[in-house]
Amino acid sequence: MSDIVEKTLTALPGLFLQNQPAGGPAAPKASFSSRLGGLVRGITALTSKHEEEKLIQQELNNLKATVSAPTTTLKMMKECMVRLIYCEMLGYDASFGYIHAIKLAQQGNLLEKRVGYLAVSLFLHENHELLLLLVNTVVKDLQSTNLVEVCMALTIVSQIFPREMIPAVLPLIEDKLQHSKEIIRRKAVLALYKFYLIAPNQVQHIHIKFRKALCDRDVGVMAASLHIYLRMIKENSSAYKDLTGSFVTILKQVVGGKLPVDFNYHSVPAPWLQIQLLRILGLLGKDDQRTSELMYDVLDESLRRAELNHNVTYAILFECVHTVYSIYPKSELLEKAAKCIGKFVLSPKINLKYLGLKALTYVIQQDPTLALQHQMTIIECLDHPDPIIKRETLELLYRITNAQNVTVIVQKMLEYLHQSKEEYIIVNLFESILVLNTVDTYAPDNAWFIQTMNAVFSVGGDVMHPDIPNNFLRLLAEGFDDETEDQHLRLYAVQSYLTLLDMENAFYPQRFLQVMSWVLGEYSYLLEKEKPEDVITRLYKLLMNDSISSETKAWLFAAVIKLTPQAHSSNLVERLIQEFTISLDTCMRQHAFELKYLHENIELMKSLFPVDKSCEEMVVDASLSFLDGFVAEGLSQGAAPYKPHHQRQEEKLSQEKGDFFHETSSLKLEGIKKLWGKEGYLPKKESKIGDEVEAPPIPQENLTIENMDQVITKRDQSQVLTQSKEEKEKQLLASSLFVGLGSEGTINLLGKADTVSHKFRRKSKGKEAQREETTSAHSVTCSSLSSLSKVTCENNYLNTFSQLLDSESLTELPLVEKLSDCSLSAPSLFADNDMEIFHPPPSTAASVAKGISLYMHSNLMEVCNNEAVSISSYKIWKDDCLLMVWSVASKSGSELKSANLEIFPAENFKITEQLGCCLPVVEAESTRNFQYSVHLEKPFTEGNLSGFINYQLMDTHSVQLEFSINLSLLDFIRPLKISTEDFGKLWLSFANDVKQNIKTSESQAALPSALKTLQQKLRLHVIDIIGNEGLLACQMLPSVPCLLHCRVHTNVIALWFRSSCSSLPDYLSYQCQKVMEGS
Amino acid sequence: MQFMLLFSRQGKLRLQKWYVPLSDKEKKKITRELVQTVLARKPKMCSFLEWRDLKIVYKRYASLYFCCAIEDQDNELITLEIIHRYVELLDKYFGSVCELDIIFNFEKAYFILDEFLLGGEVQETSKKNVLKAIEQADLLQEKTETMYHSKSFIGCKKAY
Repeated sequence: MSDIVEKTLTALPGLFLQNQPAGGPAAPKASFSSRLGGLVRGITALTSKHEEEKLIQQELNNLKATVSAPTTTLKMMKECMVRLIYCEMLGYDASFGYIHAIKLAQQGNLLEKRVGYLAVSLFLHENHELLLLLVNTVVKDLQSTNLVEVCMALTIVSQIFPREMIPAVLPLIEDKLQHSKEIIRRKAVLALYKFYLIAPNQVQHIHIKFRKALCDRDVGVMAASLHIYLRMIKENSSAYKDLTGSFVTILKQVVGGKLPVDFNYHSVPAPWLQIQLLRILGLLGKDDQRTSELMYDVLDESLRRAELNHNVTYAILFECVHTVYSIYPKSELLEKAAKCIGKFVLSPKINLKYLGLKALTYVIQQDPTLALQHQMTIIECLDHPDPIIKRETLELLYRITNAQNVTVIVQKMLEYLHQSKEEYIIVNLFESILVLNTVDTYAPDNAWFIQTMNAVFSVGGDVMHPDIPNNFLRLLAEGFDDETEDQHLRLYAVQSYLTLLDMENAFYPQRFLQVMSWVLGEYSYLLEKEKPEDVITRLYKLLMNDSISSETKAWLFAAVIKLTPQAHSSNLVERLIQEFTISLDTCMRQHAFELKYLHENIELMKSLFPVDKSCEEMVVDASLSFLDGFVAEGLSQGAAPYKPHHQRQEEKLSQEKGDFFHETSSLKLEGIKKLWGKEGYLPKKESKIGDEVEAPPIPQENLTIENMDQVITKRDQSQVLTQSKEEKEKQLLASSLFVGLGSEGTINLLGKADTVSHKFRRKSKGKEAQREETTSAHSVTCSSLSSLSKVTCENNYLNTFSQLLDSESLTELPLVEKLSDCSLSAPSLFADNDMEIFHPPPSTAASVAKGISLYMHSNLMEVCNNEAVSISSYKIWKDDCLLMVWSVASKSGSELKSANLEIFPAENFKITEQLGCCLPVVEAESTRNFQYSVHLEKPFTEGNLSGFINYQLMDTHSVQLEFSINLSLLDFIRPLKISTEDFGKLWLSFANDVKQNIKTSESQAALPSALKTLQQKLRLHVIDIIGNEGLLACQMLPSVPCLLHCRVHTNVIALWFRSSCSSLPDYLSYQCQKVMEGS
Repeated sequence: MQFMLLFSRQGKLRLQKWYVPLSDKEKKKITRELVQTVLARKPKMCSFLEWRDLKIVYKRYASLYFCCAIEDQDNELITLEIIHRYVELLDKYFGSVCELDIIFNFEKAYFILDEFLLGGEVQETSKKNVLKAIEQADLLQEKTETMYHSKSFIGCKKAY
């Protein structure tokens, strides 16, 4: 067919010539409609890119003249649009025509309007400022009585629409959900889906209407509503569990062939619908046995029905397998799904094989034996000519790595790295290799570890993430548990680097050289045969090399400086100083002068660069107290006292009051231009790293299959005659790759685990541990607080605690944090009787509770009850998290026995139970309290926590009671205290902004009272009020800032939000509106 | 779906539809890189590609490559069927479609695509319904057309 096309293309010019005179009476029209043809023909006839550029530039000039000429009719404009679209597709800029596309959509008849809308959808993106001009047209067309016009308007809205203008069309689109034509209803649902994606808060109130769409009698409308449900369930599955039954019923009907035949695709009923439903069920049934049980039947039927040998049935099967492995497991289904995976893996079709590998990678954590069953296929795939198959196989192997097969797997990964050219893949693989090497501690010995890292650095030193070399160096420096082992490792590294540097004509990436120079500088002293001078000689050679970057040279120089005090003769060092003190590179010259100075005072140098002290904490006198005398002298001689930068800035500001307004007005202009801030194409690398690190080790229980060796011996017996040499090699490889997966392998692994793991486990040096603890202090505040209180109680220390409670510092610093900081070093401090410590009274619990109550908290609210007990809860808005307290009280006052409260895990939150009894209410035997701290993991719009309580009253049997409580994002909003100057800086750096005007009744006092409302109800921090403008800031936990700028005109308050998070401003503006209109 | 590209064996772009907001520069860069990568692949190779953090699903029909970008958790096989269904729709509309139909009537190809996929999601899977929607719009179009001119614009394609 392609040949025919080519022939036709060459014959084109002739054809066009014939075509043109036939235009006859319709000559003007013909000349226009064939203009595109002429353009295409012209381009095809050209031979060089340069000629094409010239032709199109000419065409664009003509078009520019035509579209702006007043005589151009809409009809001609339509033709121009088509050609403009064509030019843009070829990569030329036709932005001058954008405004005309909007005009065409506005003014044209149906036919022209259609092209106008198409051009708009192709030219503009949803943040384009011109799009605002389209809103009126859309509103008009939505109200049209002509169905085609309504359809066009809905189509454009579903593709691009300015977020801030949604309220203008929302009611119209909601009306369309009741339209008699299904095509209109369907498009309206998709338009709402689009709104949900760009501004979820705006469509919060119409969830009930989505449900109606789900029950629509038309299949298309129902299918369209599933897009919304899939998205909503992904964000919060617990809120839609009640719909499971409906989804199951729909899927049953689809699978059973109850839909109109129109929806069949190659005689498979509605495959797209099936897949959508399967994905939804997978999300709903995850970690939820009861919901999963509802869907077992229909999944079984889906697996059974999909037997036709067509691609689309495989698509359904794949989704089905995915769902079966996502939900609460059922062994029968798993077995069937495993068989299906086998079908994929063994298929001769390469696409199916790829998906088989993908499925294996997904299920391998639950069922490692599956990999054993397919080991020979996996081996074959390792050498597959298609790199994508290889890549997926490596991904799979990565997940089954253990201490015994790590050498082979890393070897395979390195081989792949040598061949691959794609940066993205290389970076990912590096991370995998490094994880295998270090974090999982599988490395078999020193030599292997260093050599692998050498290979990794020399292949991809320049593309890898800078964290990788840093982590490697930290690992070397901090070492593992065994000190002599560490020295061996370091010595081996030093020796291997020296060998590498001695190689002639070898070239290494800069990062690798940096790693080498650090290691050589730190650990050359371990060398016995070679002297520091020899090492310096090599470094000197590198420093003289022109191809080495100045950054690397700085590293090299640092190494030389470290080695100098150890060297006995200093000829070379002196030469180095001589050469670099006249270097043109200022940085190098600086280093050279430092070295020169230090070299003259070798004792000072030795104390500055002690041997092997890279892990020691450095003590720096940050207050510069040794300068006090100097300062005092200066002051006494009449010098002005020093003012810190911010203070100077503030003074300057107050002097030039009003300047700030100019600044803000210029900010606004910038804000408008800055449409393409942070929404560009950013690969989500960080989350990937997280995933890989988290990849859990393979569970070693439940291995039902016989172990590897037995499989192989069996095969050997049966195939010993037919087996070719090649196959033997493959089996050898297989046995080295899959070792440790079988049952015997498990024993081996356990036996060996001790020797291996302790060798490579990271040593917890005091400093390291402390650092980690301080960073995690936020999350452990409460628990450490209670433990501290116990300690102090026992020791019966006296009470300065209550005084401290009243002291001013506490209002600034969160009390709990302070306490926990102390508790880290508590034992030693107690021993020293250091005065930094608190001395709480014996009734610690009560006063700690008083401490907690410093935070704002909600009122006690009953969440559920029955005849015997009542559960109430309240929220405490702590600085770093939300603390939920549930209080269970028995109504009769009798003792609650073995009350136990559990909270279901929720998607957007990290929930941790807090022990201790920090409550303002008095504990009685009849009341039990449970505390959970809730950390936000992901912004959400609607969330709830649900759980149940198990309890037993005096002599009854145990009773279970379920409850749930709503959380709002507001629970995670905290004031952000920053200066006006910081506000200005931050403001410029944020790309997401939202503006809103709110009417108020009073005019003069509006601003202060409005700000007060915001401060009280939304916990925003008021930074400054300047005339009729107010600046506020808040943060969403853990630390996403959002800024608000308010301005009052007569009786309207203009709110302008900016944040680094795209959904936060939207949400806050909605909340502000609610609060201010309510007040 | 993040975007869909149609390009010829010579690497000429024939149709592009972006469902995510990207700058023109970024779009051009992606197109250039992808066209190069896909054209370099051998015929018997897998129809899927990992590219940046996206999955690329492509298929060649005669001289035209159809290429879709999806997210990692999306189903690759059903995306291949989306491509196939689109080709079927084009085929039915144009009557055994060839690359030329798409070059000279690319706006029609866009209209059909918009009735099938909307905002990156499958809008209507029934072939009959999609074509009905297109025909309705075309019918109105033809009526207005005949009001102004005697010769139908749609007839143009038949001339070559």
